[in-house]
Amino acid sequence: MPDATVTSVTIRPEEAAHFGKLASDWWDPKGRSAMLHRLNPVRLEFIRHAIDAHWAQDIRTMKPLAGKRALDVGCGAGLLCEPLARLGAEVTGVDAAPANIEAAALHAQGMGLDIAYRAGELGTMDAGRFDLVTAMEVIEHVADKGAFVHELALRLAPDGLMVLSTPNRTAASRLLLVGAAEAIGAVPHGTHDWDDFVTPEELRQLLSAAGLTMGAPRGIGFSPVHGLRLTGDLSLNYIVTVKRD
Amino acid sequence: MASAVAGQTANGDKRDLLILGGGLVGMTLALAAARQGISSHVVDRADPADLTAEGFDGRASAISTASWNLFANIGLAPQLEPHGCPIESIAVTDGMRPGRIDFRPEPHEGSLGRMFANRILRLTLFEAAKDEPLISWHSRAEIVERERGPFGVSVRLADGTQLSASLMVAAEGRNSPTRKETGLTIAKWDYSHQAIIAGLVHEKPHGNVAWEIFYPAGPFALLPLLDGPAGQHRSALVWTVADKDAAGVLALSDRAFLTEVEKRMHGVFGSVSVEGPRSAFPLGFHHTARITAERLALIGDAAHGIHPIAGQGLNLGLRDVGALVEAIADGMRLGLDLGDPQVLKRYENWRGLDSFMVALATDGLTRLFGIPGRLPSAIRRLGMGIVQRTPPLKRWFMDEARGVTGDLPELLKG
Repeated sequence: MPDATVTSVTIRPEEAAHFGKLASDWWDPKGRSAMLHRLNPVRLEFIRHAIDAHWAQDIRTMKPLAGKRALDVGCGAGLLCEPLARLGAEVTGVDAAPANIEAAALHAQGMGLDIAYRAGELGTMDAGRFDLVTAMEVIEHVADKGAFVHELALRLAPDGLMVLSTPNRTAASRLLLVGAAEAIGAVPHGTHDWDDFVTPEELRQLLSAAGLTMGAPRGIGFSPVHGLRLTGDLSLNYIVTVKRD
Repeated sequence: MASAVAGQTANGDKRDLLILGGGLVGMTLALAAARQGISSHVVDRADPADLTAEGFDGRASAISTASWNLFANIGLAPQLEPHGCPIESIAVTDGMRPGRIDFRPEPHEGSLGRMFANRILRLTLFEAAKDEPLISWHSRAEIVERERGPFGVSVRLADGTQLSASLMVAAEGRNSPTRKETGLTIAKWDYSHQAIIAGLVHEKPHGNVAWEIFYPAGPFALLPLLDGPAGQHRSALVWTVADKDAAGVLALSDRAFLTEVEKRMHGVFGSVSVEGPRSAFPLGFHHTARITAERLALIGDAAHGIHPIAGQGLNLGLRDVGALVEAIADGMRLGLDLGDPQVLKRYENWRGLDSFMVALATDGLTRLFGIPGRLPSAIRRLGMGIVQRTPPLKRWFMDEARGVTGDLPELLKG
């Protein structure tokens, strides 16, 4: 379930190349990123809830991010940037693969959305600080996770909100996310390296070292009846809020 | 809100919805969407002045409790309230033979629905739409080209106007050209029957009872209307006849028509006279398994049409409205594009099964009562006797008539 290409100084070139190749069919809901399209509403439900709780907003408003700056790290072709822009944010999307950024900018233009897309390393950019920082399914692709989390912390405004999601490192995720999902083509081959997955406790420690506090994680699970949805079961994939200590 | 999803196009403003068909269902959608801050173009071929002219459409609709809640939730209850005739009970009989089911809810359960002249519903919707800045209404407009693409939808009108939006909604009725053009296949069968519609004035008050009298040739329904200005008691007649007989029934002299009607009423309302013109509408059942495509949703009769005996056609369309608006508004609260396949999938999953079940149940009822002969009649009467004496079954039928079973959209809850 990759969104993203890594944006740390420790980026793996082969990862960027893998996702860059997928750029052309990012936006095809039936294409190879189909799983991401189905995952998007689930993530957004969590993010919307976190936004409403963090800034104590009316849950019915259509523009909860009006007047706020948002940064999506490892933005891919903009599947998350575009919803954040519709919710009212001034959005910056960063991705290491230029092909992704090209696809993202083209799509945003077609949709009539004003989003600042930048290809390259987050660390080398002077992008300022953001009220909302997101990195969906990115940290598992990063070699130096401590350095990556530190980069994210630098971009977060003092009273800002961060949301991260990543696969858990469990027997279940090894079987389902890496083995079965790639075998049946639910996610493209070469997407996941199970040994790089981070458990919730490891993530908590990484964040803590960067002066950040992790909220209670929610699982993203799958059931044949309900499809993808937020659950209490963290064994496959989880999503968390993060704030400054 | 109009610019929530996209910027300007070269030719006019891009809106959220492009609603093709501004009838009862299409216009209710535009209003319900507007109440959520969702903007729309509504395109209709007809002249609204013709549609609301006295005598254009003598039809009346049974508005279920759920549909009434929708009208109330979009702020139309004060305007509609004085024009509705509550249905307090429904009497179902087999050709007036002994054995009859009376559906009468307990006083605290409220009415089974309300009867409205379609003309009143249209007038009220059009009036409300005129005052709504989020609705851009294009009447007397002929569409010459439809386009749906990855970034939006548009139509070109005969006068060259280009209208664009994020999502196209086809509310054009059963012969929806948009559905045909898209190639969404429909399952359909024709009843080879027509519904003869007329207004009746009768001697005795109807007591707010709707009658459904089943004859092998087709059901004969009397639906209570409000008394006329001079205190005349009135009901709407929906009489189903075979295709081959329809022209003949329409051509009957007033006197001969009245005789045929009285013969089938067995004097339940005393002496009767016919008011206004008679008209005929072909009956059929159709259902599309798929009611969405890329940036397209079908609603109302464009998606499913059913036999009107149980008065469920419009009610089903209004449920579509509630479900579609809720799916869109929930999606927008998450920042999803209105045409997002996940939004459309939710609408399709929600409405697909429900409308098919109602269509099948209604169709089954028609077929059951359409079998001539004494034995089938005896079985039907036996069945009605069982339902009459079995409160849970009766309650289920009443809830179906009220439209309060199944997974109701928020807009249809009281």
